[in-house]
Amino acid sequence: MTLNDKTLKNDERAIFALRSLYDRYGYSRYKMNKFEEYDLYVRNKDFLISDSVITFTDTNGKLMALKPDVTLSIIKNCDDAEGTVQKMYYNENVYRVSKGALGFREIMQVGLECIGDIDDYCVSEVLLLAAESLMCISDEWVLDISHLGILTDIIDSLGVSDEQKKRIIKCVGEKNLHELDLICENNEALKALITTYGDAREVIKKLSLLPCNPKHTEELTNIAEVLESCGLSDKVRIDFSIVDDIKYYNGIVFKGFINGVPSGILSGGRYDNLMRRMGKKSGAIGFAVYLDLLEGLGDEKNKFDVDVLMLYDENEPAANVCRACARMTECGSSVTAQRKIPQKLRYKKLMKLKDGEVTVVENNA
Amino acid sequence: MKTMLNVALPKGRLGEKVYDMFERAGFPCPSIHENNRKLIFENEAAGVRYFWVKPSDVAIYVERGAADIGVAGKDILLEYAPDVYELLDLDIGKCRMAVAAPRDFRDNPQKTLKVATKFTNIAQTYYSSKGRDIDIIHLNGSIEIAPILGLSDVIVDIVETGTTLRENNLEVFETIVPISARLIANKSSFMFKSVQIEKLVREIGGAR
Repeated sequence: MTLNDKTLKNDERAIFALRSLYDRYGYSRYKMNKFEEYDLYVRNKDFLISDSVITFTDTNGKLMALKPDVTLSIIKNCDDAEGTVQKMYYNENVYRVSKGALGFREIMQVGLECIGDIDDYCVSEVLLLAAESLMCISDEWVLDISHLGILTDIIDSLGVSDEQKKRIIKCVGEKNLHELDLICENNEALKALITTYGDAREVIKKLSLLPCNPKHTEELTNIAEVLESCGLSDKVRIDFSIVDDIKYYNGIVFKGFINGVPSGILSGGRYDNLMRRMGKKSGAIGFAVYLDLLEGLGDEKNKFDVDVLMLYDENEPAANVCRACARMTECGSSVTAQRKIPQKLRYKKLMKLKDGEVTVVENNA
Repeated sequence: MKTMLNVALPKGRLGEKVYDMFERAGFPCPSIHENNRKLIFENEAAGVRYFWVKPSDVAIYVERGAADIGVAGKDILLEYAPDVYELLDLDIGKCRMAVAAPRDFRDNPQKTLKVATKFTNIAQTYYSSKGRDIDIIHLNGSIEIAPILGLSDVIVDIVETGTTLRENNLEVFETIVPISARLIANKSSFMFKSVQIEKLVREIGGAR
């Protein structure tokens, strides 16, 4: 059987492309059970995109959940191994409530995790794979990168309370300058951070003026240089409005956008903090691609439902109809055999079968 | 083909004011002044398409990418918390979100406070930050009569001049947050139409 582009939907095509991409870089597929003990999610509720989880009681009385997330399960099952890195990818359905929607949805998610002794190479590789993942999906993409260390350095230099900190991070995420003034004074560095985005080289130049740890700037610079050397500088941007929960994430975080999809389709980052919370010593970085968002993208409005509508009457022997249809599919046309023209069916050609003879009645192509 | 900037404007007086700002910022669309019931107006030369939507729906259009940018009241943004960029405070449509009650109302902290409001999230967040136990009553309109009829103790609502409150024997007890119209942008559109959006922000921001 051959699959052509017409058969595969956007998201299905993306799944195959992504899996083959991750395979090529030595990431192994991590296949898992649909269920997980509910306990795992209670302890890390804020890490989940929505905190509603479908639960049920297993036959042994344990409270179980249909997975709302894959990363937590992978971390739970990984071992700390000094000096090495485990590279895994997954392609699983998760169950969660999308924002603003009522009821649970089944969402196809593909993602990868790199867990262990993370160095600059690992971070670069994951970012390159994120960029290539976006490339697999569309030509019009942008990967936004931020460094949470730089953001927290600047916030910490202000000496604000935890409550203010939360509000400041929200403002940064909204590129909201006007409300920063209501939260704290002496916020010039923060404002500079919000208004500095775009081309990596330009942004990094301006960072030297801000009160942040040179180690963090250096890390961001190194990564940006690697991406530039791979010819990605025009699609990779630095933007500090990518803010993730600092309870779980630290260091580099990133988000990928595709033109035509209204929200980030790829999201990831360095999550050493989550590893510590789960009692692991290793570092980790990874990302997920939300394939459900692809459904509406570039809906090539198929003009026709089928290439050939083959009309036959009740006196026609079934063998004749089979033969006539087989001839159509052999030359690559899709065909539906009917005795009457179905309402609303859009066909390219209408053919009539009579005593084994096929005649073209109508041609809309 | 030129990429069009899709703008969701809130229907009504505020929206007309906003359109004037956009026009001055170099995004005119004269057909919008035609007196008809059309909801979508386009000016291909200027690369802009405007549409009128219900004010409380602007944030939804923008968050879901049907509009690249839009103008919504801070009240709506606080209530629905859409995942969008909030680029400018336009300093128009100014009012405040407030707690109002009958003039003779005295708060008894030993009792659960009954709060009638259209803005349940804002009310919930405000009172939980104060650690106050409340009973929220969601209403869709004529909020002012709730305390008069004993349906609630107080209301949380938008107060502009306070005339409606006064006429119903209510007064403002606490201001929760000042409200004004904000320019919001879809996060993905911002990446792909940043040149146009930045130009608009610069022009409008500079003109004020």
